[in-house]
Amino acid sequence: MSENSTTKSIVNNYGIFPIILITLIGFVWAVLAAARGDDPVIAPHAYMFMFAFALAIFALVYGLTTNKFVNNPYEYDDSVIRAGIIATIFWGIAGMLVGVIIASQLAFPKFLYFENLPWTNFGRMRPLHTSGVIFGFCGNALIATSFYIVQRTCRTRLAGGLWPWFVFWGYNLFLVIAGTGYLMGITESREYAEPEWYADIWLTIVWVTYLMVFMMTLVKRKERHIYVANWFLLSFIVTIAMLHLVNNLSMPVSFLGAKSYSAFSGVQDAMTQWWYGHNAVGFFLTTGFLGMMYYFIPKRAERPIWSYKLSIVHFWTVIFIYIWAGPHHLHFTALPQWTQTMGMVFSIMLWMPSWGGMINGLMTISGAWDKFRTDPVLRILVISVAFYGMATFEGPLMAIRYVNALSHYTDWTIGHVHAGALGWNGMITFGAIYCMVPWLWKKKEMYSMRLVEWHFWLALIGISFYIAAMWISGIMQGVMWRTYNDLGFLEYSFIETVMAMKPFYMIRALGGFLYLCGMLVLTWNVYMTIKGKGEALSLNEDEPFARKPDPATGLALAPTLVAGE
Amino acid sequence: MSKLHDFMEKRSFALLFGILAVVSVGGLVEIAPLFFIDSTIEEVDGMRPYSPLELAGRDVYVREGCYLCHSQMVRPLRDEIERYGHYSLAAESMYDHPFQWGSKRTGPDIARLGGKYSDEWHVLHLSDPRAVVPESVMPPYKFLLKNKINAERYTKHLIANRRVGVPYTDEMIKMAASDMKTQINPDADDFDGFMARYPKAVVRNFDGNADDITEMDALVAYLQMLGTLIDFNEYEATKGENER
Repeated sequence: MSENSTTKSIVNNYGIFPIILITLIGFVWAVLAAARGDDPVIAPHAYMFMFAFALAIFALVYGLTTNKFVNNPYEYDDSVIRAGIIATIFWGIAGMLVGVIIASQLAFPKFLYFENLPWTNFGRMRPLHTSGVIFGFCGNALIATSFYIVQRTCRTRLAGGLWPWFVFWGYNLFLVIAGTGYLMGITESREYAEPEWYADIWLTIVWVTYLMVFMMTLVKRKERHIYVANWFLLSFIVTIAMLHLVNNLSMPVSFLGAKSYSAFSGVQDAMTQWWYGHNAVGFFLTTGFLGMMYYFIPKRAERPIWSYKLSIVHFWTVIFIYIWAGPHHLHFTALPQWTQTMGMVFSIMLWMPSWGGMINGLMTISGAWDKFRTDPVLRILVISVAFYGMATFEGPLMAIRYVNALSHYTDWTIGHVHAGALGWNGMITFGAIYCMVPWLWKKKEMYSMRLVEWHFWLALIGISFYIAAMWISGIMQGVMWRTYNDLGFLEYSFIETVMAMKPFYMIRALGGFLYLCGMLVLTWNVYMTIKGKGEALSLNEDEPFARKPDPATGLALAPTLVAGE
Repeated sequence: MSKLHDFMEKRSFALLFGILAVVSVGGLVEIAPLFFIDSTIEEVDGMRPYSPLELAGRDVYVREGCYLCHSQMVRPLRDEIERYGHYSLAAESMYDHPFQWGSKRTGPDIARLGGKYSDEWHVLHLSDPRAVVPESVMPPYKFLLKNKINAERYTKHLIANRRVGVPYTDEMIKMAASDMKTQINPDADDFDGFMARYPKAVVRNFDGNADDITEMDALVAYLQMLGTLIDFNEYEATKGENER
């Protein structure tokens, strides 16, 4: 096939003209908004859009005229995945760094607030932290790994020619617009959906493109069965589209201004937002990452998935039940009781399908437990699944109404979220990066396995500090708020509960700092691997673990339930 | 079941539509009825749209991310009612686009903050929180004193709110710019007209600067009306239609 791969390379221009059209429309809007914008904060964003779109049009025209866009059906489309990994690392460092800064602000407010720099305040930086890690770090990781997995498990090149690149650049443009917007105070105040209406529209275009690229790659697959990782990835992409569209319905004050007012109000708005918010966790941070788990763990352990039946059962139950769990964010609020009860009941039911995924992931290692000791990459992947199990046990517990009465509004919630985010999403992303970087850059191994060990322990100790501090401080604060003295009065004023938090805020910042250090170790390791230093010897042949795509049509291979091959 | 799944996992579009069907159910059952069941929002007297200055203050509140540390939702738990006041009703946020219930109390709940502190306290506290509460971890908002609000340009914000269902009358929209100026000037000519449009509104020169409408004026005006519109001496929590 290798001789074919050069002769049959084709220049593929299809799909480029719609991209040029979209960028031109965006450019015109940006020029109008820059020239006649209705509020002062829209101008910087208009210029950013203008710059990005002008650059895109220039690159497209240059590529077209010089025949640079080659679409070779005999090769996987890996360049966009390599870019995605680098973007993942960039946003990971940025998002975690901002997290350490805002954690330190709460520990040392006297030194880390500046009265003339509004953009450094906690309220503006916190969305930058959450979006930076959820959408920047995790989002880029999801796009990159999904493009990797869908090609290997379908044995076909990504569909859509240049459109995967549109997804990559479009998504990262959205992130820049969102992040700079928060610092300027542009926000809809909907947690994890803060960007304003124009950024939302841009993300909609990008996300629908992403769905189409993924779907069309599935459609032209050369394997008869759709591999289990792809079920999870597809449910992640399509459900996020649904959630994003409904939750962001809003009325702009002006079509050349930044501000908008949400379509719903009060109780309906709260329910819609937490239906979105909880399922951003459910579908972005859970099913998307389960897709990663179902590829990288079997691949790295070189074992088949433990149970095919369990994967079917827990897939359909997890996506059905997750959607209902949102109201547990609104216990004892003005949301009607019946809705709260439904949210609680379904949250508790969710425990079982969640653990179905954990068991399937962990048991896949059976028969290869020795690798847990010898391969730090596999250990990172397995630990992430253990954290997934822990967080999905804690979640249903906190969703019980009377536990929630104590935990809600406290740092316990923050601790819970970080057990999932640092332990599950972060760790499995690190594992996936350590797997993919040598495969994609055609190296024998990572530059240094000792550094992977270091990263593992830094991250694990960091997480432990973080969540232990937040458990203690959260439960302590919840108890202090409701403590009565012998005379029947509330024992503590609010500020006394704030004072009691200080040591825990310091421990939390330290934990986050250690985790960030681990991230920097990863960055160095990836950099040296790409440079081909240490153990990262160059391989002349193709990546060691994958066969070439199969360009023949109509060929149905035997169903494969082992990841990839 | 395995036959059905065998069918689905060989057909990408069947899988796509299967997923869409399965993930739609929960939202349809939990969200859609909230728009139709009458008892979702209590019937109370006293709720009105925000005055233009209060709305501007609310926009500052949203912009600065205050909701990330302060909730506006008192739960019906003994200690919360004693600490903050009457538990929050759904009706109290019926004109809130978007809602600001919050999810975290790094600082206290402020659903019933209105009237609890003086304007001077608020201005001082917002400018330098640790000057008033030494142990506070709140960021400083001194710059709000310098940022001016253009009253004429705010009419559009009322119109946008009306488009999503807030009952601003034509008169309220026509008078929006004037109303914003009136609310920081108790001697203004249209004081009575303003109070008729926005009952219980607080009219004061909030930040001590009579010449300009600043973001500090707006934010303090908003904070001073929070939770004050409903008279809870007249609200019957146990009345049939209010039990939910």
